Amino acid sequence: MEDPPIEECEHDDVNKTEQDTQMEESKQNNKDVEVAPALIAVHPTQNSVAVSVGSDLRVFNVPEDCAVTLVDESGGASHNDSIRAIKYGANGKLFVSAGDDKLVKVWSTESWRCISTVYSEKRVSALAVSNDGLHVCFADKFGVVWVVDLPGVDGSEAPLNRKAVPLLGHYCSIITSLEFSPDGRFIVSADRDFKIRVTVFPKKPLDGAHEIQSFCLGHKEFVSCLAFICTPDYLQGILVSGSGDSTVRMWDVISGSLLDTCEVGAKAEQLKFDTSEANCSTVTDICTIPDCTLIAVAIQSLQGIMLLSCNLPSETLSVVKVVSIVGENFIPTSLGSSISGGLLWMVTGASKLSGSDHSSLSRVKVISGFRKSSPDSLEQEPVVLGDCEIPGGAKLLEKLQGSISIDEKVFSAAAEAVKTAMCNLLIKKQYSVEKRECRKRTRNDKKMR
Amino acid sequence: MLENKANPTINKSTGLPRKRFYRARAHSNPLSDSHFPIPLSPSHVDYSLHYPQLFPSSDQINGSKIQFADIGCGFGGLLISLSTLFPETLMIGMELRDKVTEYVKERISRLRVANPGQYQNISVVRTNSMKYIPNYFEKGQLSKMFFLFPDPHFKEKNHRRRVISPHLLHEYAYVLQVGGIIYTITDVEELGEWMKSCLENHPMFEALSLEELEADPAVKLLSTATEEGQKVARNGGQTFQAVYRRIVPAS
Repeated sequence: MEDPPIEECEHDDVNKTEQDTQMEESKQNNKDVEVAPALIAVHPTQNSVAVSVGSDLRVFNVPEDCAVTLVDESGGASHNDSIRAIKYGANGKLFVSAGDDKLVKVWSTESWRCISTVYSEKRVSALAVSNDGLHVCFADKFGVVWVVDLPGVDGSEAPLNRKAVPLLGHYCSIITSLEFSPDGRFIVSADRDFKIRVTVFPKKPLDGAHEIQSFCLGHKEFVSCLAFICTPDYLQGILVSGSGDSTVRMWDVISGSLLDTCEVGAKAEQLKFDTSEANCSTVTDICTIPDCTLIAVAIQSLQGIMLLSCNLPSETLSVVKVVSIVGENFIPTSLGSSISGGLLWMVTGASKLSGSDHSSLSRVKVISGFRKSSPDSLEQEPVVLGDCEIPGGAKLLEKLQGSISIDEKVFSAAAEAVKTAMCNLLIKKQYSVEKRECRKRTRNDKKMR
Repeated sequence: MLENKANPTINKSTGLPRKRFYRARAHSNPLSDSHFPIPLSPSHVDYSLHYPQLFPSSDQINGSKIQFADIGCGFGGLLISLSTLFPETLMIGMELRDKVTEYVKERISRLRVANPGQYQNISVVRTNSMKYIPNYFEKGQLSKMFFLFPDPHFKEKNHRRRVISPHLLHEYAYVLQVGGIIYTITDVEELGEWMKSCLENHPMFEALSLEELEADPAVKLLSTATEEGQKVARNGGQTFQAVYRRIVPAS
């Protein structure tokens, strides 16, 4: 038998210390990868607002001004592990949640009962609901997008547990975002290998989606988020995407061509006084604000959001304004908006951090004032609402945040952890040649339990 | 330029690189995140790098595009045979293994020198075709795709590494034009059945008829043009081929 391979590396002192620190780093990194950002989703008519932090799903009913109790009798507990994606669908009749516990839960938004639990083989990384509410698609870290059908569920039947089938696949790549086009013709999937794929959503999705419409190629890093802008003139929607390359790009989904690129990272850098942290301008979330062609962008290092305007006739993107949050540490981890509300909802927070006493906490803030009088200017300045001004007020905040007031330091730590987690998950690790050879020698091909 | 005498990696009599110095394992893991340059999009593929005589500068004045792709081209046997059979067509080989790609590059370069005007239409690139095919080819760009003796990945848990699979066929259907042809051949019966069934069950592919197979000059090359094919013939092995055409699905 040959010597244990690790000895060969240890001969070189430099490699040894490098390897030791990297091993420790990777252990720490493994823990940090588990940290999940807080997510927010808003019902299309702002009937309810949902926040997920870790495995906790919290919903508040705005018109009735009360917290919602989720009813889940199907299968198991609500969610056992970090929720990675939440979405309202089918004009607000359905709500879906899924994540690291490999469960996709479909909820009726009227009764807030879980009407279906679908089991996934792998941890779920993205979700989408078809516009007619008949299908739910979810994607995993191995690049497969699954589809499950929900025929005629109206919340009154017994919970159904249906089996999902594969719809399409990005070869061995983490899928970060899934969206249906506004006219329902296409399903768009974005992955960690810089690609965005537009696939024709077939009439019989359970047979698989064979026809690829186009690939939107141009990002230079992982694609992190997708959104569609829909206006009466462009019913098929214009696709916008955010990426780790610090840009937001606009695409024509039919041809896959890149219409415009906006260097949001560079603009965010200009605003910062200290340039100590160079590479933290990943776009973490984008959200279109309905009724106007504005896009809100959350960037890793930005305390607030950046507003972009999409000029459709000329097909260009430009920065309109940066809305800063002053007075508290707030870097949004997720954005949401409703079609009618005219408000932008933001949340920051993370699942339970290792070595921290704080249970899953999140902070919710709202920006209002987006009504545009003309395509290029805002009628009034967007303003960050105070806690008492937001719909639902203190009651909503207490339910969705877990508490009314929270120590600021919690959120700085949370923001850092989320940033590290995203980097580790989505950015390909670069190893030196020696390190690569060393890793090859210590590689264990046996199945790990 | 390297001197033949001084450089033992080049065969003295033929002037071509010797395989001995480009040894590589037969298997390469397509799942690993290797680091090699990938074009941002098909319009970023540098034709002047691959076909210098036909594209003197980086600006593509000549409108033609790559039409044949040999996926997993190995040591380049098929490309070299196709080059003279279709001299007006641009072709590219894709190979995951570093050393083997270097061998093919060397081989093409020396063939070009030894035969002026010929072999200018073939090239090779080191890439993972299972992940990055859409980066190289536009929708409907290719008229032929070749998968000769792909890695069988025998174990069931490794079947997802196979280069022909239901999901990857969607991508191949995307880059192939309607009427374009996909050629597969293997000496492993189980893999042959697998590939045939994947293609048969895919709504965007239909099998070529026997007459069409007889008439197609590329079909004859499948079992004879590559080193792997010649080895199989030497050992008296059987080959299993599946040749399908890309069609518009009946909806």
